[in-house]
Amino acid sequence: MMHLTAFNRAEQGHILTPRLETPFHDQLAALSETNDWYSWAGYKAPHSIFDTELEYFAIRSTSALFDISPMVKYRIRGSDAARYLNRLTVRDVAKLGVGRVHYTAWCDDHGHVLDDGTLFRLATDDFRLCCQERHLPWLLDSAGGFSVEISEETAEIAAVALQGPTAFAVLEAAGFAGVETLKPFQLAEFAHADGSVTISRTGFTGDLGYELFAPAKAALSLWDRLWTAGSGFGLKAIGYDALNRARIEAGFIVANADFITADAALRADRERLPDEIGLDWLVDPQKPYFNGRDAILRARTKGTLKHVLVGLEIEGNIPAEGAIVYHRGKKEVGLVTAAIWSPLAKRNIAIATLSRPFGASVTDNLWVEIYAMRELQYQKLMKRVRVVSRPFVKLDRRSATPPGRF
Amino acid sequence: MTSFDAIVIGGGHNGLTAATLLARSGRKVVVIEADDALGGAARSFEFHPGFVSPGLAHIINRLDADVLSALEIDHSTTHVTAPTVALSPTGVHAVLRGAYGETIDGASREEAARFADFRGKLLFQAGIFKRFLKRRPPEVGEIAFDDLKSFATAGLHLLSKGREEGRDFLRMLLMNVADVADEYLTDDRLKGLAAFDATLGIHLGPRSPTSLLGLYYRLTGEVAGATGAQVVAKGNGQSIAALFDAAATKAGVAIRTGTHVEKIVADRGRATGIMLSTGETLTAPAIISAIHPQATFMALTDAAEIGTGFRRAIGNIRTRGNVAKLDLALDRVPDFPGVARADLAGRLVIARSIDHVEQAFNPAKYGQFSTDPVMEITLPSLTDPTLAPDGACTLSALVEFAPYALADGWEKGKPAFLKIVLETLERYCPGFGASIVATHFLTPADMEERYNLPGGHWHHGELQADQLLINRPVNAAAGYATPLEGLYLASAGSHPGGGISGLPGLLAARQILSEKRA
Repeated sequence: MMHLTAFNRAEQGHILTPRLETPFHDQLAALSETNDWYSWAGYKAPHSIFDTELEYFAIRSTSALFDISPMVKYRIRGSDAARYLNRLTVRDVAKLGVGRVHYTAWCDDHGHVLDDGTLFRLATDDFRLCCQERHLPWLLDSAGGFSVEISEETAEIAAVALQGPTAFAVLEAAGFAGVETLKPFQLAEFAHADGSVTISRTGFTGDLGYELFAPAKAALSLWDRLWTAGSGFGLKAIGYDALNRARIEAGFIVANADFITADAALRADRERLPDEIGLDWLVDPQKPYFNGRDAILRARTKGTLKHVLVGLEIEGNIPAEGAIVYHRGKKEVGLVTAAIWSPLAKRNIAIATLSRPFGASVTDNLWVEIYAMRELQYQKLMKRVRVVSRPFVKLDRRSATPPGRF
Repeated sequence: MTSFDAIVIGGGHNGLTAATLLARSGRKVVVIEADDALGGAARSFEFHPGFVSPGLAHIINRLDADVLSALEIDHSTTHVTAPTVALSPTGVHAVLRGAYGETIDGASREEAARFADFRGKLLFQAGIFKRFLKRRPPEVGEIAFDDLKSFATAGLHLLSKGREEGRDFLRMLLMNVADVADEYLTDDRLKGLAAFDATLGIHLGPRSPTSLLGLYYRLTGEVAGATGAQVVAKGNGQSIAALFDAAATKAGVAIRTGTHVEKIVADRGRATGIMLSTGETLTAPAIISAIHPQATFMALTDAAEIGTGFRRAIGNIRTRGNVAKLDLALDRVPDFPGVARADLAGRLVIARSIDHVEQAFNPAKYGQFSTDPVMEITLPSLTDPTLAPDGACTLSALVEFAPYALADGWEKGKPAFLKIVLETLERYCPGFGASIVATHFLTPADMEERYNLPGGHWHHGELQADQLLINRPVNAAAGYATPLEGLYLASAGSHPGGGISGLPGLLAARQILSEKRA
């Protein structure tokens, strides 16, 4: 019999690997020049692979491979799956065809957003929900009264995003025949090794791009297949910092970065209704009942929405990350949650949350205060901002079908 | 498709109260009752040829005066306040007369004085609660002027008796009944009675924190203005069910018995009607569910029409019954040695001491029934002779603790528990076993089945601090209106709670009448 101490130590083996490794980790580690890792939902994920600047330009000029395996993935199957998801999420699932993907969000009973994510309809009664945070208890609690099976498949399913102007050319070279027919937000199954890979024309860059989902055991061979095919198309592996720049240009928001999810919020006033984080367009009052419906519609009717999420264009070229937004340069009215100098738009852009009416009906005379660190001294810059629509960058190649080879 | 102004699901006394009030306001109302007759747990039923049980509720002690007058029910002929006999195995019993022991026989003069102090203190404190039982619970975050007024008057009332009373109220509020009884009383029979009354129908022992609330709740009840008084329920044409039935009929309520509701029809968060098991659909802008909240939302409402959090909260209502109901047909009036013949028509309680009640409760925590149960007994045919043939007698008993989720299952447990109950009765009434003509025994599992009562809990959910007032049945539905627009709750599962009061039905109807018509 094993000694108790030895047994306990064996049981605690997981503490030796506090960060899990994704199915693609071996390739990422081999390619990594910066050795710059962070924790994404418990997985070791790269901030950068070789150079954030060049990685960003791979997204916009050639193509980039980004490991999205840590993204939380749930599988929802059963005869009530569509009905279940229609009650769970704010968008009308009945309008989501088989083989289609849509961006959506889900709320608690008070209409506060629990997360946003993408919903993949793999078959009539078979869905995959991808998101930033974990929600299994909420998904299971929501299942009462429905005939559905819900499982988390984050670890079982490897996923990688292939984004950039040559993304289609890479897939074509890799032998994924028929992928040219995929329209944005469409998915299809393709043969890979002795199994299959699901490819969807989706992404988080606002560029031409695809996301590939395969069983974890097929991850390495899938990567190799893409990597080999990509050698003539400028394919690079990238980290999150480069992707983050692209997503800001595309105007996408990130849970618990641009808004606090209702489950994570410790302070009651940090929770947000969809309309307060720019997701009002997802909410479909005509569809059947869904969680948070009453609260969202009541807030609209009563005009009690408190916040608004906006795109900002800021004068100058200093990114305003974390800057406070002022009205008339004095009254504090909000916070910048993401900001970059956009190389593509050649503009200084930001995503910010403001307290209404600022950013909604009052959009003039708004300023940000940027603390620019210059050789151990802050220079305070008060810069004028303009509320602009998102995305900051709109690329025709994102949606052109058939896609260009470039 | 037939349309009404209001549909009431469940023809128990609360459903009938709501229906009658709405009908009297000029609305077209229908009551749908699954059983063949109205009345629910207040309905009498023949359990053996010639022998009628008054139903689950064999004591009437909180039928609300406002409900009676609103329904124009004359209940005055039944006011013979029944005594309570605290039975002692020694045969020397204590008898509480008047409204909850205004006078006591069989106790020492000193003890009677102590009981008077105890009674006075509890009645005063219960009176403060009582102010909140006859109105809609306040809505946290949206406190109305009326709510503030009632808080203020309750506070002033408390202070008018001096700071000492205010302090004492706050001190005792969440105490257990055992400590309070020990503080005031020395007589085990009286302490046992208080312990029993505080915990009857609640999953608490007398030493469980907050168990005093159960006794407060009992002492908020009144009969003909006498707080704490009680009468033994009658049956047949004089049952509470029959009185409410007659009032509803007189008010022009359409009544459909033997009719099952299949589901509540709803679309985009608004209830518009009900579908019957026959496939027929009835529509109405207001649907009042006077059945258990879990039966309403888990069984009749499509999960897709209510929020995840709300449905989870409803599913988590603690509603596991602990009381078994025994009805016996006896060929003669039993003789309880030491109990005067006149007192046999009252309420007899077997609870020897606080320890007895506590020890009866202990096994219930682990899914076992008590092997030395506590109970209250009535002989209803002595009050209403129509319940038994001439010379014969009925005996009704509420026995605890009999946990709903019995570890070994009730199929096996029921005969074993019945045997224990009958043996217990035999000890206080020797030889009575030979006079038994028929036995009718309902465990909480049976009550669940028979009355569509999840958990077999007559309060439609534990009557404990966390499930009272703004949290009854759950916070989001505490004001009778529910998140499903057009659907209202009016059962004992809503504020103020169970017992034959009619208040949930009254307050639900008032809520609907106060709203603009959709």
